[in-house]
Amino acid sequence: MVMHIVDRRLNPGSKSLENRQRFLRRAKALVQGAVKKSSQDRDIKDVLEGGEVTIPLDGMDEPRFRREGGTRDMVLPGNKKFVEGDWLQRPNQSGGKGSGAGEGDSEDAFRFVLSREEFVDLFLDDLELPDLAKRKLAETESEGLQRAGYATSGSPANISISRTVSRALARRVALRRPRKDDFEALEAELAECDDPARRRELLALLEALRAKAKRIPFIDPIDIRYRRFETVPKPVAQAVMFCLMDVSGSMSEHMKDLAKRFYMLLYVFLKRRYKHVEIVFIRHTDRAEEVDEDTFFHGPASGGTLVSSALVAMNDIVRTRFRPADWNIYAAQASDGDNMTSDSGLTGLLLTDKILPVCQFFAYLEVGEAANYTFDMPDSSLWTLYERLRNDGAPLSMRKVSERGEIFPVFQDLFKRRTSQERV
Amino acid sequence: MGSSGERLFEGADWDFQTLQRIHDACEEVARKELGLDVYPNQIEVITAEQMLDAYSSVGMPLFYKHWSFGKQFAFQEASYRKGLMGLAYEIVINSSPCISYLMEENTATMQTLVIAHAAFGHNHFFKNNYLFKQWTDADGILDYLEFAKGYIAVCEDRHGRETVERTIDAAHALMSHGVDRYPGKKALDLRAEEKRAGERRQHEEAVFNDLWRTVPNTKAKSKATLSAERRRALLGLPQENILYFLEKTAPRLAPWQRELIRIVRHIAQYFYPQGQTKVMNEGTATYVHYRIMSRLHQQGRITDGNFLEFLQSHTNVVFQPEFDDRRYSGFNPYALGFAMMQDIERIVKNPEDEDRDWFPDIAGKGDVEGVLREIWSNYRDESFINQFLSPALIRRFRMFHLHDDPAESQGIKVDAIHDERGYRRVRRELARQYDVGFVDANIEVMDVDLDGDRRLLLRHTTVKGAQLNETDARRVLQHLADLWSYDVVLTEVDGTDKVLKEYVVSPRAAAVAA
Repeated sequence: MVMHIVDRRLNPGSKSLENRQRFLRRAKALVQGAVKKSSQDRDIKDVLEGGEVTIPLDGMDEPRFRREGGTRDMVLPGNKKFVEGDWLQRPNQSGGKGSGAGEGDSEDAFRFVLSREEFVDLFLDDLELPDLAKRKLAETESEGLQRAGYATSGSPANISISRTVSRALARRVALRRPRKDDFEALEAELAECDDPARRRELLALLEALRAKAKRIPFIDPIDIRYRRFETVPKPVAQAVMFCLMDVSGSMSEHMKDLAKRFYMLLYVFLKRRYKHVEIVFIRHTDRAEEVDEDTFFHGPASGGTLVSSALVAMNDIVRTRFRPADWNIYAAQASDGDNMTSDSGLTGLLLTDKILPVCQFFAYLEVGEAANYTFDMPDSSLWTLYERLRNDGAPLSMRKVSERGEIFPVFQDLFKRRTSQERV
Repeated sequence: MGSSGERLFEGADWDFQTLQRIHDACEEVARKELGLDVYPNQIEVITAEQMLDAYSSVGMPLFYKHWSFGKQFAFQEASYRKGLMGLAYEIVINSSPCISYLMEENTATMQTLVIAHAAFGHNHFFKNNYLFKQWTDADGILDYLEFAKGYIAVCEDRHGRETVERTIDAAHALMSHGVDRYPGKKALDLRAEEKRAGERRQHEEAVFNDLWRTVPNTKAKSKATLSAERRRALLGLPQENILYFLEKTAPRLAPWQRELIRIVRHIAQYFYPQGQTKVMNEGTATYVHYRIMSRLHQQGRITDGNFLEFLQSHTNVVFQPEFDDRRYSGFNPYALGFAMMQDIERIVKNPEDEDRDWFPDIAGKGDVEGVLREIWSNYRDESFINQFLSPALIRRFRMFHLHDDPAESQGIKVDAIHDERGYRRVRRELARQYDVGFVDANIEVMDVDLDGDRRLLLRHTTVKGAQLNETDARRVLQHLADLWSYDVVLTEVDGTDKVLKEYVVSPRAAAVAA
């Protein structure tokens, strides 16, 4: 009998991907809750890793008619010492197998593994870039070139050789331009031919062929084709994220950690929206400098506090490296709120005139010591300044944070999907 | 059968030529020696990931999409990754051609084992067992699944995924009560009806006896009873196939919803024989692979090393932990099935006096393969164990029967053990554990209140005091009520028709049926 062997290994895998997505969609609210809960305990870095979550099975159950209780009879293997008529102690309730306890457990909670993408998607699902950013996103388009067929005119650099040659070939075939073989055949015959009449005839033929070949050029100007390009508007798909942080002596490790977590979240979020995200770290005391990540979070620094210095530095970097037309600019500033009183005027001016107009989003995060409750923190000088600016209509987002656990809620609060025109 | 062949393969590696050689060698033994009759084979090589995929679509190569399969997949993937669960070496599908999936990781020896097991053992069983013949259509199943998948996808486009999912959820909940347990009565056509009426008249004339006239009549049934009986007869009640009943009579279902229910019902029916023949099916396949592998070894077509590798996995497969072992989770169908097949071989070949007493029909008959083929064709687990579990095997497994009556304060009673007095009782009880009649709750649609509020009345006849789990029962009944779109009443009664419990469930506001 004929037997067939089919190699299915090359078939596209993950046939159950769609079922899995359906399941996740259905359990979305539950999974989302679990994701948030599990992300609170983790390092923000690990948020990107996906991982195992446990969800309760409400609404995900598949009930069946199932019986329990009553008299039970069972036949078991491996009798060692029982004889007919023996009485056995009932095992403790917990040991009773099949009595529902065991089945119940597995039904109540459900563990499974989420991939990295699934995790991040669910994690950030109900977040959205603020309205402001979306408006700008639509406007800031740059132009790109795109191939658009062929044209009969153009710059010599754009000649499409393959297209030109194939058109020339078609034309030569259509007009029956004599080929090299034809000449060779006639010439060979001529060389061997002794009959003068035939020679004359051959010479005339050759002459006619040469004339024809001359009349029909190998490549004619009408064959030439140029590659044509069209300009198309292209949405900007890159973003730069400025991390500004006060590193003066008053910032403790705890505060830096809070700031770091916020930056991480922002990075994850932007990364999902933009193809390319760059990060610029600017730390400042009474003067600002651009540093690498490690120095940013761990490098020692001391001095007073001048927020304006960081804004100046950011403005310079934007001017030299990130043209606002090409880049979506995001900035997040973290500070304990201290600033020299004399600096307030300059800071305010820089923000409203230079920084905010080019930014999609500017967030200010005021970090406090762990013990402090956010509500108890007296308004700092920077907070007071920013609040005033905001009341004047500057698009600023600001929050106070003093506990790790608050970071995500604050972040979510800043970016949550808004239905109406309300402002952050 | 001397040592007729050269080696099928060397080492653990294989390619498609090797598979072909293995298949041909197995086929030779299967046909000539065991006399198997199989569907054409189609062997498909798959990866571990594809095996996981197959798990979550009940092993079928194509299946409709539903979130519950995704849930199962997520669950299985998690336990597979943690190493809690190994994957099967193969999956075999009751179709024609018979499709066997082989994992690419298997060694050449394992592929031989799997081909012998699935492509010949299971395949023969699928083709010849009466339950499969009666209830499944091996030629049509793949086409039907293709149709089902397409139909459900179209429904989702047309009526929205959520509505479709709700209907399928409801149907899935009732899947275990969506099978016909007996071949249905065929509706008679008019000509047959007329013929039967004629026969009946002839019979009456032939046996006419005037004396009957003098026998007092029973009291005539009241008009109400008659109309109730007539109504029930029209609706085909009582009906234990709840899905069938809903498909045909639920008042407010859209035609496509009826078709969905029908699809779920057909699939439940397709898998129905598999649940009833686990021990036999696996026993047959294990016995067949054991015979084939031993013969290939004897012929020198596989090496001693390969044979040892085979024996190791074979021993793992037929391992039966004892009841007090932590690994114990009921009888291993491979172990019990294989032991019974081998025991039958022994009884047919070298019976002892005891066997002659117990199995006069087959003891010493000599034709092992013939006897086994006949058994494979005509039994299911329950009847197979009831007939062929021998005292020798009961002793070997040291089986004993426990009777646990919650009302008994003394504890659990050892009712029978592997001794002269106990053999028959142990055997009967074990057979009963495999009886679908006892495994599934006996729930029937009894009546519909057509004059009043269209309540659907169901009855659960309890066996040995086991009642339904209340939470689950309510959830299932909720689905049922949503499909029926009026109230549903389920009464639980004991053997004497005493009502133990009554559930009344109303359909949800946004019910399935519009």
